[in-house]
Amino acid sequence: MDASGANLQLDSFEELAIPLFDQLYNFAHWLTQNRDEAEDLVQETYVKALKGFSSFQLGTNFRAWIYRILRNTFLTSRKGLKVTMTVPLDFDDEEEGEESAIERDTPEALLLARSSHALLQKAIDELPVHFREVLLLCEVEEMSYQEISDTLAVPIGTVMSRLSRARRTLRSQLRPHLQQEAGLRIAKGTNHGL
Amino acid sequence: MVCESWKERLDTYVDGELPQGEMRTFDAHVSSCPSCSANVLSRLQLKRAIHLAGKRFTPSAEFRSRMQQSIASKPRRVFRLGWMLAAAVVLVVGILTSTYLGNRSGRDQVFSEIADLHVATLASSSPVDVVSTDRHTVKPWFQGKIPFAFNLPELQNTEFSLLGGRMTYLEQTPGAHLIYDVRKHHISVFIFQERSLAAKLTDRSLKPGNLSFNMQTWTQGGLRYFVIGDASTADIDNLAKLFQAAS
Repeated sequence: MDASGANLQLDSFEELAIPLFDQLYNFAHWLTQNRDEAEDLVQETYVKALKGFSSFQLGTNFRAWIYRILRNTFLTSRKGLKVTMTVPLDFDDEEEGEESAIERDTPEALLLARSSHALLQKAIDELPVHFREVLLLCEVEEMSYQEISDTLAVPIGTVMSRLSRARRTLRSQLRPHLQQEAGLRIAKGTNHGL
Repeated sequence: MVCESWKERLDTYVDGELPQGEMRTFDAHVSSCPSCSANVLSRLQLKRAIHLAGKRFTPSAEFRSRMQQSIASKPRRVFRLGWMLAAAVVLVVGILTSTYLGNRSGRDQVFSEIADLHVATLASSSPVDVVSTDRHTVKPWFQGKIPFAFNLPELQNTEFSLLGGRMTYLEQTPGAHLIYDVRKHHISVFIFQERSLAAKLTDRSLKPGNLSFNMQTWTQGGLRYFVIGDASTADIDNLAKLFQAAS
């Protein structure tokens, strides 16, 4: 490739990649749960993306493409391999469990939105990585199922299944805290309007 | 219960991923069903809470700056390197060209000067300072006048005859100027110290400029020899060979 072609490609890459920097870092930090590792992961992702940018077709989904690079880089890292080793082989085949009480109990579920970020963040942190990533891609990155499917390289049905189970797991993790908080509020008479 | 059939698709509904037709049907149901309405509301609130809580980590300013520089500079570094290489090539070519042209220019200047010295000497009323056909007279005459010694060839049984010699200067370097005669043609032989000459010369025979002189030049024993005259190339070469044999 001549210099002008390389420069044009670089301009395109910068234009597409720089705006995603904060989001990619946030996602990387959620995956690695460590600042230094997140920085390494983002840096490696950008290096790989830049190197492979010639294979990326302009006009297609860059966001899904670069998130996929980041995720694959994470999964092949030492930490990534460690966390994925804990995922059971029938991870995506699990039957849907019974709907928990909290999902039927609207007043208690409403507390979720009012609970502190720290509580929710802790619950997300404790999710298995495959649940954490699908939940973050959907809720934080606001990706469509198709984009998530492209990013994770799994069928849309798997995306839906993981997402549903991620939410269910999150709720079940939050339930004791929410019940405790609800109890405290009732005791203190602060449960207004619920 | 009717709501049970919707339950499995609640997440898909709140994610806005149901087909358009189903979305409208679901909307209608939710607006008329308090249980599903509350369920949808709680899921939307959870989505909202996760969305806000999920935006948790921000890169440090130092890392952001490092990455921006890295992304912005990496290929451009290659690009700049390309330009630097190109510039270096141009510079090297320029230097080589300039050196070559400089050398060629210097060389041409030396040859022109030699031709001028030859012509000017012959035009002079006293072309030689030491008039002698005897090499054993001419050679010692240069002692103390020039900073080097040289040998003169034995001309017996040749067509050449020595007319004499004089001191000369080339590029402000002192040297010996000997004049020979061959069939009425005058030939000048110039001898200088090679290291004293600025111009880098190669051993060759040539015609300096557009003048009708023949010239032979070579270096031997640290001395630079020039043989120039309007005699034939063969005569110039023969005299050159005699000097080469004598040195």
